[in-house]
Amino acid sequence: MKQLQCDVLVIGAGPAGLAAAYEARRTGAANVVIVERNDEAGGILPQCIHNGFGVRALGADLTGPEYAYRWIDRARKEGVGILSRTMVLGLEAQRAVVANPREGLVDIMPRAVVLCMGCRERPRGALAIPGERPAGVYTAGTAQRLVNMEGYMPGSRYVILGSGDIGMIMARRLTLEGAEVAEMAEILPYVSGLRRNLVQCIRDFDIPLSLCTTVTNVYGRDRVEAVELSTVDERWRPVPGSQRRVPCDTLLLSVGLIPENELSRVAGVAIDPVTGGPFVDERFATSVPGIFAAGNVVHVYDLVDDVTESALAAGRSAARHAMGLDGGPRSEIELAAGDNVRHVVPHRLDPGSLEQGEVLLHLRVRRPIEAATRIEVWADDHRLLSRRLRYVRPAEMVTIALQEQHRAMLEGARRLTIHAQEA
Amino acid sequence: MRENREFICVTCPVGCTIEAVIEGQELIELKGNACRRGIAFVREEISNPRRMLTTTVQVDGGALPLLPVHSNEPLPKHLLLAAAAALRRVRVTAPVTVGQVIVHDLLGTGVDMQASRPVPAKQATD
Ligand SMILES: Cc1cc2nc3c(=O)[nH]c(=O)nc-3n(C[C@H](O)[C@H](O)[C@H](O)COP(=O)(O)OP(=O)(O)OC[C@H]3O[C@@H](n4cnc5c(N)ncnc54)[C@H](O)[C@@H]3O)c2cc1C
Ligand code: SF4
Repeated sequence: MKQLQCDVLVIGAGPAGLAAAYEARRTGAANVVIVERNDEAGGILPQCIHNGFGVRALGADLTGPEYAYRWIDRARKEGVGILSRTMVLGLEAQRAVVANPREGLVDIMPRAVVLCMGCRERPRGALAIPGERPAGVYTAGTAQRLVNMEGYMPGSRYVILGSGDIGMIMARRLTLEGAEVAEMAEILPYVSGLRRNLVQCIRDFDIPLSLCTTVTNVYGRDRVEAVELSTVDERWRPVPGSQRRVPCDTLLLSVGLIPENELSRVAGVAIDPVTGGPFVDERFATSVPGIFAAGNVVHVYDLVDDVTESALAAGRSAARHAMGLDGGPRSEIELAAGDNVRHVVPHRLDPGSLEQGEVLLHLRVRRPIEAATRIEVWADDHRLLSRRLRYVRPAEMVTIALQEQHRAMLEGARRLTIHAQEA
Repeated sequence: MRENREFICVTCPVGCTIEAVIEGQELIELKGNACRRGIAFVREEISNPRRMLTTTVQVDGGALPLLPVHSNEPLPKHLLLAAAAALRRVRVTAPVTVGQVIVHDLLGTGVDMQASRPVPAKQATD
């Protein structure tokens, strides 16, 4: 078996992997390799042909493919090696067995690993929609790939279940391609994707949107002929008598993304059941020494700019680890999700790290509050900081920066708790 | 007559909710925009709403069957469907470089459509 030594091995060449590898090189790691199972680098972005990428990270409003190409270019110029069409078969802290059609099995011995496998869509199985199993049911991301990359239209009249960003973006895309989107149904009482997509993908094209509504049946023997939509009560139970039949030939599911962590589990990395991604500290180190993680594999970000930013930090940490510059022992504080907070990343942090610069806390709220909201960070029973926001929504991740000035109050604290309450 | 209207700015992913007071096509006052581009957005929204267009065109002899394209500037909103329909009939020949102008002056709007990625020519061995 061919053997390969490297300083930093990055798994996945999406925006996270490209930025992590780029930054690992810039930090001083000599030999940085990305392995990617697809034919080309870029991750999910080559199929996201709409714009809205990179406004913050690159100061330009780019399409997904353009954003990917900028980073592929940057990584190549920094001397990052990209092994495409390469599957990872096994993973431990300092060893990965990979396979590709050019070299067969390759045994890679890295000093540090960065997990950047992204996320996948929640499939139909996770939904338990009753009815037949005819052809014509797709996840929104699969449809996106078919329409935008393969030139194949899955149907002509669609119902979309879920108002996540991918679903909204596909509603517009299918309309532009001449198809009809009969209706978008969302089980929650609010839209689950970004506001701008509600405007430019749904309202601009007069697509009917029904909140508190779900699919309760799928009709058709070989091919979808119609779906049954029902209104739901606050406990998501269909309201009797509210059923209506909506004719369509295709049902798209846009019902959420889950971090892709099969490989992380193989390597023994501890996974947070709330985020579905690894527990990480402020360096993006996982529970296994030498294994770091960044991007949607950690938790699903709404914007690629935040993915890139987290990956730059992870790449820097991995390079430092590979070069033996980790520093001395750490004293860590645990972060906890308080009132109306679903989760916070990182899960733990060493206050000493604030000496090198600010640490960003990313959190998602449980329920939307459409009024002034106070985000409070408490170190045990002292209030460390408080920030006022005009509103909070589960679709929009909240970022709070901890600074050097907070360090003194953090030393010796055991737990940092974050709340999001109406002001 | 003055009226209050709510807008969601689509200029960037922040998506500010902007409350505006307008009179006819004139903007009297507004609040909720986190930056100045929100003012320009509301002004355009009440006079001539525009949106970016992203779609695909077909590629002959390329390593991929489709080329994603984007407008270099926002187009009048009412032309989006017609523009997308016109672009469905466009074919280009590979190789294509990123940024290459694929359609010049789309529907007489002065807006160009550019390639969002490179598409190399199909290899003879493929
Ligand atoms: C439809 C859609 C619309 C979006 N719209 C926007 C938007 O408008 N603006 C915005 O800023 N963001 C948007 N995003 C978000 C952005 O695209 C993602 O946040 C970003 O792509 C995540 O990057 P990543 O590198 O973590 O994951 P990915 O892009 O998913 O990349 C992961 C890579 O890892 C590879 N991989 C996985 N497992 C393995 C393995 N075992 N071995 C080898 N390789 C592996 C995969 O093949 C893939 O290439 C959108 C996302 C989607 C899906
Ligand atoms: S007002 Fe500024 S910050 Fe707010 S959405 Fe518009 S461009 Fe973005």
